[in-house]
Amino acid sequence: MLAMNFRGPFRVRADRNRPMPEIKHPQDAIVRVTRSCICGSDLHLYHGLVPDTRVGMTFGHEFTGVVVETGSAVTNLKTGDHVMVPFNIACGMCPFCKQQLYGNCHESNPEATAVGGIFGYSHTAGGYDGGQAEYVRVPYANVGPTIIPQGMDLDDAVLLTDVVPTGYQAAEMGGIQQGDTVVVFGAGPVGIMAAKCAWLFGAGRVIVIDHIDYRLEFVRQYAQCEAYNFKEMDDPVVFLKKTTGWLGADVCIDAVGCDAAGNAFQSLVGRKLPLTGGSATALHWAINSVKKGGIVSIVGVYGPLDALVPIGNVVNKGITIRANQASVKRLLPTLIDHVMSGRLNPKAIISHRIPLEEVAEGYHIFSAKRDNCIKPVLIPSSAYAA
Amino acid sequence: MENIAEPNKAIEADIDREIANRTKDIPGWGIDADIKNNPTYPMKHYNGADHERFNYEKPPQQPIDVEILHSIERPGVTRVFGTSTPPSGLSGMLRRYAFRYSESTYAHWVPLVVADRINVIEGIVDDLKHGHIPNIFAEKGWQAEWKYNRQGFIKNVAVTVAVTAVVATLLFRKKKSK
Repeated sequence: MLAMNFRGPFRVRADRNRPMPEIKHPQDAIVRVTRSCICGSDLHLYHGLVPDTRVGMTFGHEFTGVVVETGSAVTNLKTGDHVMVPFNIACGMCPFCKQQLYGNCHESNPEATAVGGIFGYSHTAGGYDGGQAEYVRVPYANVGPTIIPQGMDLDDAVLLTDVVPTGYQAAEMGGIQQGDTVVVFGAGPVGIMAAKCAWLFGAGRVIVIDHIDYRLEFVRQYAQCEAYNFKEMDDPVVFLKKTTGWLGADVCIDAVGCDAAGNAFQSLVGRKLPLTGGSATALHWAINSVKKGGIVSIVGVYGPLDALVPIGNVVNKGITIRANQASVKRLLPTLIDHVMSGRLNPKAIISHRIPLEEVAEGYHIFSAKRDNCIKPVLIPSSAYAA
Repeated sequence: MENIAEPNKAIEADIDREIANRTKDIPGWGIDADIKNNPTYPMKHYNGADHERFNYEKPPQQPIDVEILHSIERPGVTRVFGTSTPPSGLSGMLRRYAFRYSESTYAHWVPLVVADRINVIEGIVDDLKHGHIPNIFAEKGWQAEWKYNRQGFIKNVAVTVAVTAVVATLLFRKKKSK
């Protein structure tokens, strides 16, 4: 079958000779992929920032597809069901899943205890091949995969597998109270969604900080918020203090993670060498821009090594830090309702629809931010099969 | 003589796992507990399942038919796991070494990062062994760069060629003067 094949940092190819996935466990399903996104966090893998990313792996954790085979213990799905597949692989039985922390499953990732299994996200997240392929193995198929509601656009459905829940949970973890000023660092797809969702929780003012002008322009329109380029400021922290009456924002959201620009030292030790868990510039700014007693919500992805953040300021300012991988399964009922009722329009952020055969170009366009790219979606030709 | 090799086992044997037994004599135990006073609320639907520790009912075990490295912070492999790209070659040896240490140590992560870099070279060798010459231009997606940033692409290539030429010339001169 055709699938993306990782060959090393900044090198991927479409490979026609990948083996078909097989049922390995009674609760597995095999899904024929109909849509698969390239996620901003795939770029961390693509850039070589996540340890134990092995050559030959297939990425892709945001996908929809049609069930073509089920294991003997799969009872919630049948062949022919068209499903959206949350990026978290969750057993539904461990203490964390039982408490709806589906992003923290303890029975899906042998290689690391700090993160649950994630499709196509290195061996640090379980060593599963992902959905940038014609077919994919979906473990614990009774738990994660959700049948796409009738009338829902496939392009909306695929974004409900990660980017929308992650943006929504970023706002949810902010504990936003009515009238709060919310600052979102990062105008990538997750930052855009976090800004949009902040209004749903009653934010009074939403500010997005980034350095890519076309994305700032997009988020200004899409999320009806303020958006500023930090390269046009002497110091974004001072700017944010000044614009929030010198006290700081009520809530700051880090929607960037380990690939952050804006600080030469962080970029050197976190991205170029890399000696730390990533460039933590956005998180650094978030901690320093939030008010005393404020909340910092982190959904940006970092590597497992230490990151350089001003932890002393967290203590002295009495900041609450809330962070997690999005618990997609928990949020889907709410988000499906928001999409079906028109409150959220995820597919508007899709800027590129690319054949799976051109996956290498897709990664480059997204990584280098060419052609005003915001969100690329890969479509295998087999998606059109009857 | 005190057993210093496994001190935790001796201590753990004395711990009463029953919360009711442990707390029955503590005045006011739990009086100020508030389920909402929890930084994970409302993300976590608290039901006390954490307190089952590792004794929860588990799904069936996926047959272990490929080499799976598992974190030493857990007693064994998880009930399902990915079977993509098992460890192999020199990078595989390094990965096996890394998994002797916990996720809390550099001895775990640094060898994995080094293994990833070695694995890239192994990937090229493997391609060649299978008669496939990797098309680096295509794999880096430079067709898109040519399409959307032609000027920048030409500039980058020109700079790279010029720098390489200067370095090569300097090295060649040095060798000649010897």
